[in-house]
Amino acid sequence: MITLSLFDIFMFLLRAVRWTLLLAGIAFAGGGISAVLLLLFRYSWPRFGGQFVRLYVDLFQGTPLLLQLFLVFFGLPLIGIEVSPLLAAGTALTLYASAFLVEIWRGCVDSIPRGQWDASASLGLRFVMQMRLVILPQALRVAVPPTVGFLVQLVKSTALASIVGFDELTRSGQIVANATFEPFTIYGLVALIYFVICYPLSEGARRLEMRLGRSR
Amino acid sequence: MGYEFDFDAIADNLGLLLHGAGVTLALTAVAAVCGIALSIAGAATSRWGAGWARSGVTAYVELIRNTPFIVQLFFIFFGLPSLGLRLGAVQAAVLAMTVNLTAYGIEIVRAGIEAVPAGQREAGLALGLRPFVVFFKIILPQALANIYPALVSQIIITMLESAVVSQIAVTDLTHVADFIQSRTYRAFETYFAITLVYLLMAVSLRWLFERAGRRLFTGRR
Repeated sequence: MITLSLFDIFMFLLRAVRWTLLLAGIAFAGGGISAVLLLLFRYSWPRFGGQFVRLYVDLFQGTPLLLQLFLVFFGLPLIGIEVSPLLAAGTALTLYASAFLVEIWRGCVDSIPRGQWDASASLGLRFVMQMRLVILPQALRVAVPPTVGFLVQLVKSTALASIVGFDELTRSGQIVANATFEPFTIYGLVALIYFVICYPLSEGARRLEMRLGRSR
Repeated sequence: MGYEFDFDAIADNLGLLLHGAGVTLALTAVAAVCGIALSIAGAATSRWGAGWARSGVTAYVELIRNTPFIVQLFFIFFGLPSLGLRLGAVQAAVLAMTVNLTAYGIEIVRAGIEAVPAGQREAGLALGLRPFVVFFKIILPQALANIYPALVSQIIITMLESAVVSQIAVTDLTHVADFIQSRTYRAFETYFAITLVYLLMAVSLRWLFERAGRRLFTGRR
């Protein structure tokens, strides 16, 4: 048993927060890019692309993230890729985030009235220009609140990376809890730190949504 | 590629796998029943309760919704014993799942209650029904019919998130997978098969609930 002051523990946990944030950042960036590609695929190739995206979303939303993480962690070595915990967690969370983001953003694009597509098509715009000049500028405005809301879910999901041995906030909590035998204080602190990260995001998403609701 | 897939490990342990799936479903069922009952109580409190009770519900909802499930689970399983509350792994898992589901459930049920027109309540009260009766016989059935799909989704999310309880040695489906792979070294095949079982359970649960919902709520809307 090691005796650490509460301040030491807190600083130790705070240092682990950057790994939580880094992982969430990687997953959001990677997931966002993949989601945009999936969306382009879906709208430029309506029948097959639509079915593919639906299947993709159902697969990731219908299975536990923990199992997705294990599949990446044990699956990548089979195709000859050496995995570090960060690579495994980053890949799994990227796939997971892409499935949720594509679903959220698809809803936003679909909320743009059909007439906008027809009108821009009748002006002679091709798909890419329709998207760029007419659909996306409108869809993006709608997309911001739910995307910020999803960030909360993503930050919380990074906690699962602790199970494959990535030293983010939750795993650092486990390590100190095992060393000091003070799980109550430490898991309480860990929860509090997550709360401090996530609550402003939740609140921001809510405010943005209200503002959007008023402006329409 | 030198790796050959071998699913014998799964075929040899089907009994174990079914047991794990049963545990996962049982945990989910208990958490769903308790969670929805508490959600209704919480939503009613946040709608009509005293000021302090309303703030309490809001604080609870925000606290749970802004922290990861696994941390809640660890807090309950490892942390609460130092307050003298020592729970078994299964009890801790059920408690954590219920606590988590309730936080989301309260928001869902509250949205459902708010969507019921105020006239329904006023009409019930005007007929001389007691507020209690008005809530359970008039408002709640309509609210639940409105939000049934959202509740079903939340129950399925709870089931999928429950994979984490394997970390405190509850012998759920994921724990069975950990066990099989540690003995057979067929990690990928094992987790792949178990993932499919989860998918199957999620899809069939949704289907069952949709059918049940159609029967329960036809003619109510």
